[in-house]
Parts: sequence; structure tokens; C-alpha cells
Amino acid sequence: MEHYTMNLTLKVWRQKNQNDKGRFETYKVSDISSEMSFLEMFDVLNERLIHEGADPIAFDHDCREGICGMCSMYIDGKPHGPWQQNTTCQLHMRAFKDGDTITVEPWRAKAFPVIKDLVTDRTAFDRIIQAGGFISVNTGNAVDANSLPIDKHKADEAFAAAACIGCGACVAACKNSSALLFVGAKISHLALLPQGEPERKTRVMDMITQMDKEGFGACTSTGACEATCPKGISITNIARLNKEYLMAGLTADQ
Amino acid sequence: MTWKQVFTSSIGRKVTMGLTGIFLITFLVVHVGINACIWANDGGEMFNKAAHFMGSMVVIRIIEVGLFLFIFIHIIQGLALEISNRGKRGIGYAVNYGNRGSKWYSRSMGLIGTLILLFLILHWTNFWIPSRFTGVTDSLGIPLTKTYNGTEMHDLYSLMKITFAELWVVIVYVLGCISLAFHLAHGFQSAFRSIGVHNGRYNALLTSIGYGFSIIVPLAFAMMPVSFYLGWIS
Ligand code: HEM
Ligand code: SF4
Ligand code: FES
Repeated sequence: MEHYTMNLTLKVWRQKNQNDKGRFETYKVSDISSEMSFLEMFDVLNERLIHEGADPIAFDHDCREGICGMCSMYIDGKPHGPWQQNTTCQLHMRAFKDGDTITVEPWRAKAFPVIKDLVTDRTAFDRIIQAGGFISVNTGNAVDANSLPIDKHKADEAFAAAACIGCGACVAACKNSSALLFVGAKISHLALLPQGEPERKTRVMDMITQMDKEGFGACTSTGACEATCPKGISITNIARLNKEYLMAGLTADQ
Repeated sequence: MTWKQVFTSSIGRKVTMGLTGIFLITFLVVHVGINACIWANDGGEMFNKAAHFMGSMVVIRIIEVGLFLFIFIHIIQGLALEISNRGKRGIGYAVNYGNRGSKWYSRSMGLIGTLILLFLILHWTNFWIPSRFTGVTDSLGIPLTKTYNGTEMHDLYSLMKITFAELWVVIVYVLGCISLAFHLAHGFQSAFRSIGVHNGRYNALLTSIGYGFSIIVPLAFAMMPVSFYLGWIS
């Protein structure tokens, strides 16, 4: 694709801290290369703000290659911006054209409170994973790969579910701020494998209990989560989670 | 994990929605089947007999109590979910994801459900309350009955005819059926997801059946008042 530069107007959510009310600020950026990533465009803007003595815009990022799940911008009404199956860090400026106005907001959910500007506190996800607990596998030398046969189809499904990077875009996109796609992915990738078997029931019960405690909503299965997920996590994982939960609930001892 | 915890969790509440929803769907099949007898063009004999049979069978009356229980659980749980889900966002977005990520009717189940509820109130007042409690009469209060083979029964067919002579009633019924169609277009497949059906082949099948059902059944219901109003049945 032909390289081009553009001038843009950015409407960015600024909020000093958790208690600040927050507001949109408008910034003009010029000579943005179509080959920059969206975050690099923010770097350019932030360098300018620092030079001007202003407070740079806080945003989360780490790997900048689509695998860590830290970047989390809600761009023009869609988490991670206009492209499909893509993270904010992998969104390139060629997705926009000269003169565009881009609105950038943080993930919105009570369970993900804003820490500063576009940075939200997503430790609720960590606590859900912790609630799931450990799995019982022998440590020591790696076991022979063929000692534990796994159906190829199940291995593929488990792998696809394990691709979830815990970014929280599903929560941000959902009208109910539901975390079910995330938890569905986490439950599925272990429920499909023999390694997940021993703690199968307690894991799903405990993770859902924690999820509800964190204040995420219930699922209406609108599909907005699946549509925005950078890793293409399928909504089927939600149905599987429901089944796992129901089975665990129906067969619990007490 | 107590039963209470299981059914009051976010997933448990959706399981309740799914199960009651599927029960209501099966009820609709029976309801539309019996009502379709009005098109037999026999002056309502087949329909009146079918309705009489349903009203006089003990088993059906017991199921009817269950039906009301389920519909109220569905309504209360549905509205409660709608309210609690709406409270989870906090500050809203300036730009919404909207129809790019999901169908508008899947995001409007609470609103559509409420429209169905409003329709149901009219519907119960028109038919269910008279036939079970206050008696089936015409507008002057004269009882509407028919006797077939020595058995006297409500003439619900004539009640329909009288009710659907009013244009505004027909319009409200058609709107009610359209609401039902959209509720089911999302609800049918969603209900099965809520109760944990995740096998690929069933998902594809249920999605197709769901769209088919949500067009055919509400359309059949909507054609009933329309048929009476336009005098398509004698
Ligand atoms: C004959 C009438 C009705 C039928 C057949 C029906 C059927 C269904 C079905 C199958 C679902 C999907 C359940 C799921 O996703 O697990 C559903 C969801 C829902 N229904 Fe109904 N329904 C009816 C009437 C109503 C009424 C009167 C209301 C309320 C005022 C209502 C409110 C809701 C709501 C809010 C949901 C979505 C819940 C959620 O996903 O968060 N429904 N309905
Ligand atoms: S399911 Fe998708 S959108 Fe949700 S946290 Fe995982 S990768 Fe992000
Ligand atoms: S910064 Fe790691 S996924 Fe975007």
C-alpha cells in the first residue's frame, strides 16, 4: 500500500486519577505516517506534550506485538479499533485517512475502574484466574508427549481458547460489561484437556463466584464480545462454560 | 455450592431464563396449533372443541399453572437481569459499538420483552380471563356458548370474531407478534447457549430452526386477527 501522511484530530479521555470526574480533550496531530501503529501515534503526541510541559496521556502497553493484552483503547466505538481480530498495538494508521477525527476512550466497566486517562485496573481478571486455582500435574522432567493421548480436535479447541490474552475487550464491548467470553476461554482451555480434569468442577464454580463478586454483568449472548475479540475467541466457549457450570452445580456434593 | 448459589449466580440466572424461555416456546407450538383450527372454515367447531378439550383436561390445567409460574419467573428474572446488567457499566461511552458488533434486537431483549408483556395484558383480558373466570360473553353481556354432540362449551370462536372486528385490537396484536418475532430471533438460539449446548452441529441447526421458528410462528399468530378482520374465514 502507498505510504501517506495525515493530519488528525484526536478526542481523548483524560482523567487525573480514580476520583477525578474526567473529560475529553481534543488534540491535533500532524504528519502522522500511515505506517505507524496507533500507539506510536500516541508516542508522537506524548513527546510533544512532554516538550510543552504538559502531562502526557497515560495508556497501557507492553509487548506491542499483539500477545500481552495490555493495550486497551476503545477507538471510535470499538475496543482495539476498526480492524477485526486485532489489538490496539497492531492497529496501523493506514486504517485512517487525512482529516479524520478519532475518539479514544478507556474500557468502561465498573469492574475495570479507570486509574488514569486510558489506563484501567484489570486486576479483576487476575483474581478470577487465581480463584480458578492450580492444576495437578507432576513437575520434574517433561513427560513424553505421547504418554497422554489427546483428541486432535480437542487439542485444537483448547489451543484456540488458550489464545485469550486477557485484554478485557470483551467486557468493554459487552452491553452488560460481562466477562463471560474471557472466563469461557479460561475454563474451556482446561476443561478440554485431561490435565484440567481433577479440579474441573471446583475451578468453574470458584471462577464464576469470583467473577460475580468483581461486578461483571450476566451474558445476553449478543455476540459483541466475539466480534471484537483480538484473538477470535468463539462464543461457543461461553456455551461450554455454561455447561461446565451447570454440570458442576448439579452434581456438587453439598 | 448450595442450590441457591447455583441459581442466583449470573450463569444460574441465565439458565433460568433459558429453561423458562424454552418452555414458553413449546407452549407457543401448542397454542399456535390449536388456534390454527380457526382456519378449518367450519364455523369454529374444530377450534371450540380443541379449546374446550384443553380447558377441561386436568393434566393441561396443571400444566397451565406451571405455565403461569414460568412466565412470571421469566418476566421477573428478565427484568431483574436487565436492571442489574445496566448497572455494570458506570460511565457510558461517547461512541457506541452499536450494530457493528451485535444485532439491535439482541441488545433490546428487555424492551422487546416489555412490549410483549403489554400485549399479553391485553391478550389475557380479551380471552384468558373471560374463559377462565368472568365468562365468555358478547359486548352486551349475553353468554356465548355452542353445543356440539350434547356438550355445551364456550364459543371462543365467536369471541375472537367480535374482538378482532376492532381495528386497533388487530393492530396491537400484529405489533405484539412482531415483538415476539424479534424476541425469538435472538431468544431461541440464546436459550440453548444459556443451558450449555455447545456442539458445533447443534449450534448451526438451532440457529436455523430459531430463525425459522421466529418467522413462522409469530406470522401464523398475526394472521389470526388479520383473517378475522378481513373476513377471510367464515
Ligand atoms: C411468549 C412469550 C415469551 C417467550 C416465548 C420468550 C422467550 C424467551 C427466550 C427463549 C429467551 C432467551 C433466554 C436466554 O437467552 O437464555 C428470552 C429472553 C428474555 N426474555 Fe423472554 N420470552 C417471552 C416473554 C417475555 C416477557 C413478557 C418478558 C418481559 C418483560 C421477557 C423478557 C426477556 C428478557 C429480558 C430476556 C433476555 C435475558 C437476558 O439475556 O439477559 N420475555 N425470552
Ligand atoms: S476473550 Fe478475547 S477480548 Fe476477551 S480478554 Fe480474551 S482475548 Fe481479550
Ligand atoms: S501491547 Fe501487548 S497486545 Fe498490545
